[in-house]
Amino acid sequence: MAMAAENLMVQNPETSDHKMIARDVSVYYGEAQALKNVDLDIGRNEVTSLIGPSGCGKSTFLRCLNRMNDVIDGCRVVGDITLDGHDIYDTKLDVVQLRARVGMVFQKPNPFPKSIYDNIAYGPRIHGLGEAKSDTDEIVERSLTRAGLWKEVKDRLDKPGTGLSGGQQQRLCIARAIAVNPEVILMDEPCSALDPIATAKIEELIDELRQNFTIVIVTHSMQQAARVSQKTAFFHLGDLVECGDTQQLFTNPNDERTQGYITGRFG
Amino acid sequence: MTEMSASATQIQRPDLSGKRLKRRYAAEARFRLYGLIAVFAALGTLVLLLFSIISNGYTAFAQHHIALEVTFDEAEIDPTGERDPQVLRRANYQGIARSSLRNAFPEVTERRERRALTALMSGSADQTLRELVMANPDVIGTTQRVWVKASDELDSFMKGHISRDVPESDRRIKDRDIVWIDQLIAAGNIESQFNTTFFTAGDSREPEQAGIWGATVGSFLMLFVTLVLSFPIGVLSAIYLEEFAPKNRWTDLIEVNINNLAAVPSIVFGLLGLAVFLNFFGLPRSAPLVGGMVLALMTLPTIIIAARAALKAVPPSIREAALGVGASKLQAVTHHVLPLAMPGILTGTILGAAQALGETAPLLMIGMVAFIVDIPGGFTDSATALPVQIYLWADSPERAFVEKTSAAIMVLLAFLVVMNAVAVLLRKRFERRW
Amino acid sequence: MSLLILAATLLLLTLAGYYMGRGRSVAVSGGSTHRLHSRPQYYGVYVALWCGMPSFLLLALWLALEPQIVEMILVSNLPSNILELSEDQKALVINQITHLALGGIVGGNITPEMEAAARDYAAMRQTGFAAMAVLVLCIAIAGLALGRKRIATTLRARNQVETVVSAVMIVASTIAIATTVGIVLSLLFEASRFFTKVPVTDFLFGLQWSPQTALREGQVGGSGAFGMLPLFAGTLLITFIAMCVAVPVGLYSAIYMSEYAGPRMRAVAKPILEVLAGIPTVVYGFFAALTVAPFFRNTGQALSLDVSSESALAAGMVIGIMSIPFVSSLSDDVMNSVPQTLRDGAYALGATKSETIKQVVLPAALPGIVGSVLLAVSRAIGETMIVVMAAGLAANLTANPLEAVTTVTVQIVTLLVGDQEFDSAKTLSAFALGLMLFVVTLTLNVIALRVVRKYREKYD
Repeated sequence: MAMAAENLMVQNPETSDHKMIARDVSVYYGEAQALKNVDLDIGRNEVTSLIGPSGCGKSTFLRCLNRMNDVIDGCRVVGDITLDGHDIYDTKLDVVQLRARVGMVFQKPNPFPKSIYDNIAYGPRIHGLGEAKSDTDEIVERSLTRAGLWKEVKDRLDKPGTGLSGGQQQRLCIARAIAVNPEVILMDEPCSALDPIATAKIEELIDELRQNFTIVIVTHSMQQAARVSQKTAFFHLGDLVECGDTQQLFTNPNDERTQGYITGRFG
Repeated sequence: MTEMSASATQIQRPDLSGKRLKRRYAAEARFRLYGLIAVFAALGTLVLLLFSIISNGYTAFAQHHIALEVTFDEAEIDPTGERDPQVLRRANYQGIARSSLRNAFPEVTERRERRALTALMSGSADQTLRELVMANPDVIGTTQRVWVKASDELDSFMKGHISRDVPESDRRIKDRDIVWIDQLIAAGNIESQFNTTFFTAGDSREPEQAGIWGATVGSFLMLFVTLVLSFPIGVLSAIYLEEFAPKNRWTDLIEVNINNLAAVPSIVFGLLGLAVFLNFFGLPRSAPLVGGMVLALMTLPTIIIAARAALKAVPPSIREAALGVGASKLQAVTHHVLPLAMPGILTGTILGAAQALGETAPLLMIGMVAFIVDIPGGFTDSATALPVQIYLWADSPERAFVEKTSAAIMVLLAFLVVMNAVAVLLRKRFERRW
Repeated sequence: MSLLILAATLLLLTLAGYYMGRGRSVAVSGGSTHRLHSRPQYYGVYVALWCGMPSFLLLALWLALEPQIVEMILVSNLPSNILELSEDQKALVINQITHLALGGIVGGNITPEMEAAARDYAAMRQTGFAAMAVLVLCIAIAGLALGRKRIATTLRARNQVETVVSAVMIVASTIAIATTVGIVLSLLFEASRFFTKVPVTDFLFGLQWSPQTALREGQVGGSGAFGMLPLFAGTLLITFIAMCVAVPVGLYSAIYMSEYAGPRMRAVAKPILEVLAGIPTVVYGFFAALTVAPFFRNTGQALSLDVSSESALAAGMVIGIMSIPFVSSLSDDVMNSVPQTLRDGAYALGATKSETIKQVVLPAALPGIVGSVLLAVSRAIGETMIVVMAAGLAANLTANPLEAVTTVTVQIVTLLVGDQEFDSAKTLSAFALGLMLFVVTLTLNVIALRVVRKYREKYD
């Protein structure tokens, strides 16, 4: 551990290729260990996908990255995770601040029961982005445009966000997340509740967002991982089995478990 | 929005400066504090309420008595010497009690003074003596030391409710009374004893003779009627609505109606009882029967709602299993579903009964506020109920009734605590997770 | 008492019917009960129902109708000089006659005609009862015989018994409807009698409430005023004060309980909060009159304010305390049913807990919270004992919480407790007030329950 930490200090974290670095991360739910000693580097302005069978710990790992696990009773995280070289589990670090920098999109679209406009404006408002109405307007438009939703909803910004279709809702949630301009966006199976057309739109969106954001995505679909990500990490039973370039991992995996999973022998 | 692309390049990251964050966290702490204050304010008022009741009421469980040296003169009590109970009963015990007290203060001779002296004794002193003689005629001809009840004023004075420091004109116990009381205390002739009367007597205009037994009996007679009516009706309608009723307008109407009925003010049920049971059907006023019927209508929605929830909690697989072995629908319900739901139904029923036991307003409407001394013996006798008794006493001007009222509240709350505890135990004991 | 004996006899007969039916079915099947359509118990119940149901129904019918019928006959037989009396006096005479008949001691002048009528009346009731008893017993026995005779291996006893049980259940479930109908009809009937004496508009829009009626014709100052506005104003004032206490305290407690408190604190504090709801209102009334009202009066004196000892403030506060659990427990439920994903959404944006609650949880839970507040308002409006014991009696059109006001419920109680003449506008006005109270609370409840139900459907 000490060595790993020293290693990190050598490079300048602001310019390093790695936005987030996880070292020796284990997660316990009460007595049960859900994640075992995971080491993973998240590349800057890259899409990293986490794949693996159900219950393998990929979502758990994702929720560690912005400390959403704090919300769950009895969940304990050990190990180091850094964001630009700063330990995010440092007691001095503030969760709210962290989550403003590391945003999240959930499996099921969860728009607030407010208007579309307020859904987007909520984050900027609490973080003091754009005090003036015109600033907020601009953020809303920009976020929706980036999420590819602007054209569809610009005439009904004051209608409730819950009235949109599933795919639109999820893009609204993505727009909501990027409205705060986080540095990292975590996506927890963002397309699992959507139909193929909506899924395609979101995948396109993810690829565009890569310019400005670092993205970590948990997905059940290997095709999706292959399509959208540059790096892929394969989890199995709480272990990080293998991690590498997506291309390489899917064509020439090192581990036979990975081989088994991507060829569909278990899953 | 043509500058879209331009503005997209210069990204404005969130303001994470310490100042703004500090303000947000201060708001967070304040908000949390408000919540905590609210919880403690609610709990605090509960404590204050209980404290005010108990501190006012605990003294009512004791009652001061005065010791008299009573000479049971045969010539006065039983001139014929035949020990005929009729004769013994009619003797002038009041005179005996008064003269016994006067004998202890030979220096008091003036008529008004003497009357004030005997007023320190409760008006029930003669009854105490009569009961003593009737139970044991051998005391006639002897001199006995007998404890009789003190008056409510003396009792309040001894308990410190009437202070010596108050100007004489403002208190019911005058200076000369205090002199006498001090003499009695010095002679060891005043003593505080457990107040059995409070638990065994009916109502009375004299605080020291008043008790809650009449009201308690009335309450339980009423509760019996309530349960006999509302439990079967409630359970039957819950079974029907939950297990058999088709989903249509009519059952929807019943359901909406039951939910609304649960929130109708209780006094409206009293008006219903007055108009229908008393005026239309001509049932007797002030009777536990009518009170119980009114309360039954009032608790019915509570029981139905609880019973339906309990039935709903039984998983459909149980019903299917029973139907699968060839039971009729009614058999499936009565043999399997109902027994499994019973603990929940009983819990709801007990809670409904507790609510009925504490209800006052509808009983006022059907005349259960009468001043009733006798202990009710049946469902159509005139009676009152514990909460109504509390209301009546709370209205009485005598200082001594304040402690009686509080004590009666303590008894009522004790009943409610027991009923709720039973309900909680029942739920704990038979709680089942499917 | 003979009624009890009759009922006991019927019950015994019914029980006998059960055993006879069961025995008979076994006999009919020739000992092999599997040949029967239903189990023998069902045949027992079948016969018991034949025996008990018609007879008990008849008994109940007779008990409900007999007094009215006998009194009608009594009135029709009264000599003409009594019939010519005014309604009130006639009622008094009839009352005296019935008392005489029951062997009671009756004051006033008793004429020989009345004594004769009383004798007739007593005789009529006795014969009536005897005839009814004989009839009921005959029906029971006939039912028993008929039921027993119908038993055969092919008789589908279970289905028939179940049909009867279903019918009984349907009847039971309509009792709740009957109660509502009873409330509405009785209130409407008595109120309409009131409105024949006092015009509806005077009642609804009058600003004066002093419910006196002349005891004698032409009595001075006998004309009362029946304007309900001051009463409703008083009720609303007290309700408003109550909600000023209950809503913030209840809502903040609910927020703390559902969002901040740990499971330990929840387990302890929640039931204790609910205790507030279980305390009888008469206890709160005593608390208000004994502790809270004097406290406000003394504080007022210290601040040289004139606070009435029956101030609206004291009564309203205590009603507010009583209503805290209504607001808090329902709001707590409602907030708990806001899906966790919504909270996660806000947290993931970096919102603090209080920001999440204020801007996501509360707006999402708002309909449910509004519903719970409406229910609390309806309860506060209908609350009786606290105001009877702690609020004033005199109708006072004011918005000053330090003064004494009276409420609708207080007036209903004062009008109906004690001696009442049942035809005076004074007594009847209580029913008109009751009707208004019922309409207002019912409206609030319907709206509140609807809102809450809609909300539930949204997240279930």
